[in-house]
Amino acid sequence: MVNRPSTSDLEALAREIRFRLIRMSHEAQSAHLAGALSCVDLLVALYWRILKIDPANPASAHRDRLIFSKGHAVSALYVTLAKFGFFPEENLARYNQHGASLPEQPCPQMTPGVEWATGSLGHGLGVGLGIALASSIQQNPHATFVLMSDGECQEGSVWEAAMLAPKLKTGPLTVLVDFNGWQATGRSRDIMQMEPLAEKWTSFGWDACEINGHSMPEILSALEKPRDHRPRAIIANTMKGKGTSFIEDDNNWHYRAPSAEEVEKAAQELGVVH
Amino acid sequence: MRNAFADEILKLALADERIVVLSGDIGNRLFDKFKAAMPTRFYNCGVAEANMISLAAGLASSGLRPVCYTITPFVTTRCLEQIKLDVCYHNMPVTIVGTGSGLSYAALGSTHHSFEDLAIMRSLPSMNVLAPADAPELRAAMRWAFAQNQPAYLRIGKKGEPVLTEEAAFTAGRWQCLRTGSSATLLACGTILGEVLAAADLLAKENIQVAVWNCASVKPLDLEALSHLGSSPVFSIEEHSVLGGFGSAVAEFLSSRRDPPRLIRFGIPDEFLHDCGEQEEARVYCGLDAASLARRITAEIA
Repeated sequence: MVNRPSTSDLEALAREIRFRLIRMSHEAQSAHLAGALSCVDLLVALYWRILKIDPANPASAHRDRLIFSKGHAVSALYVTLAKFGFFPEENLARYNQHGASLPEQPCPQMTPGVEWATGSLGHGLGVGLGIALASSIQQNPHATFVLMSDGECQEGSVWEAAMLAPKLKTGPLTVLVDFNGWQATGRSRDIMQMEPLAEKWTSFGWDACEINGHSMPEILSALEKPRDHRPRAIIANTMKGKGTSFIEDDNNWHYRAPSAEEVEKAAQELGVVH
Repeated sequence: MRNAFADEILKLALADERIVVLSGDIGNRLFDKFKAAMPTRFYNCGVAEANMISLAAGLASSGLRPVCYTITPFVTTRCLEQIKLDVCYHNMPVTIVGTGSGLSYAALGSTHHSFEDLAIMRSLPSMNVLAPADAPELRAAMRWAFAQNQPAYLRIGKKGEPVLTEEAAFTAGRWQCLRTGSSATLLACGTILGEVLAAADLLAKENIQVAVWNCASVKPLDLEALSHLGSSPVFSIEEHSVLGGFGSAVAEFLSSRRDPPRLIRFGIPDEFLHDCGEQEEARVYCGLDAASLARRITAEIA
């Protein structure tokens, strides 16, 4: 990969990551594949174009921080971290296996590049706010990002943090909501009325926008546009299971894992040679 | 104690630029000097305790030493998962201070009572649990907590508690023997120490000599002291539920001894309090005032 990959490089990378994720879910027979697939483009944009982060020095005090708050979808983060060089891609073959370093929910003590243990929803934004406040107190100019799910926005603690953040003078803080429209047992809008979501963040004092979370140009433009004093919220409208016709928008894939035949079908649809 | 807390945290923070105070919209005027001296190191996080704890963990992960301060139930049970995961699981050096613990705010009713905080906090791995008896011991406990690289929970009273200890004596995992006596050993945890010492005085008038220990360190326990307790009855006394707190911690350890002394646990009964009254009245209701303690101890060792 060149230093500054083009948009089409990033799109190709996202397809590769999606395929590796599907294969990994098959190999480990692990759940939460669809919610991992929906946030891949956001992760690719962040790691290859935005985050100032060095896999050779993952504990640098000056690194940008990404709190991956939708911990159930951590397989997407693992494939991203492996491709970015935090650990060998071979490790992915032992995802979720006893004694390996890639547990089913993230754990920073076990995996290089993982910033925070998440999985219980609604913790990441408060922690990210603390990290962003520390960067301002310590005059350590790094950026902080929090990637959340839409169902996660039902946690009250998210709105406690959202209410406080604009009042604090923090370093740059950006929330990305992977709005894939589904949660564990149904359509998020049928379970709790969260929309209009961008307006909620705006009314709390955030610089909020809504984008297509699978359009690399839109993601990059939302992340790269100049900041004012406000924290930023990017509501990324996504498709749960994005990338393959048989997983997309079918919530059975919140829990089920693909068969060997389905892995082959996914490779064809994604145009990945393996 | 809360004034001592405000004064000590000011001193500590002036000497250690990592210390940041987070308050859950409490301590009106208490932190004025702190705010004036260090405006970028005091944050009122509002009536939003869960976020205050996660935010503290985030600050700590960047090398700061936050302290979270508000009324005990709101900074313990209300935000328990944030303490468990963001603070304890990540082993972040966050100091949590619950003010008005136990029956301190008896008159405010069950919403402001905390009879379960020791039980819950001591069940969290990596958490240190301290219940200082008075202002000097609180100051010493704070100095100890900020010198560690681990979470700590400090359970404190309100204001005007009598001074009973010597400041220099606090060490985590070590209790102080304040009085010796062979008829029984009284293990006092936290601000109830004053009642326990007064009960020992009443017993002495009846020619019953009891040992009194000040046991501010709930986790770690003083295992050496517990290992050397003789055969006379032991009483654990705390302003906390009889279930799960200091007395239970003592029972857990003693139950593994081959020749354990008899242990009688005094605390708040397993019920919500519905009466109207101040801390003194509530202590009488729970049998935790000096006269009740002396009477109950006499009955047990007769």
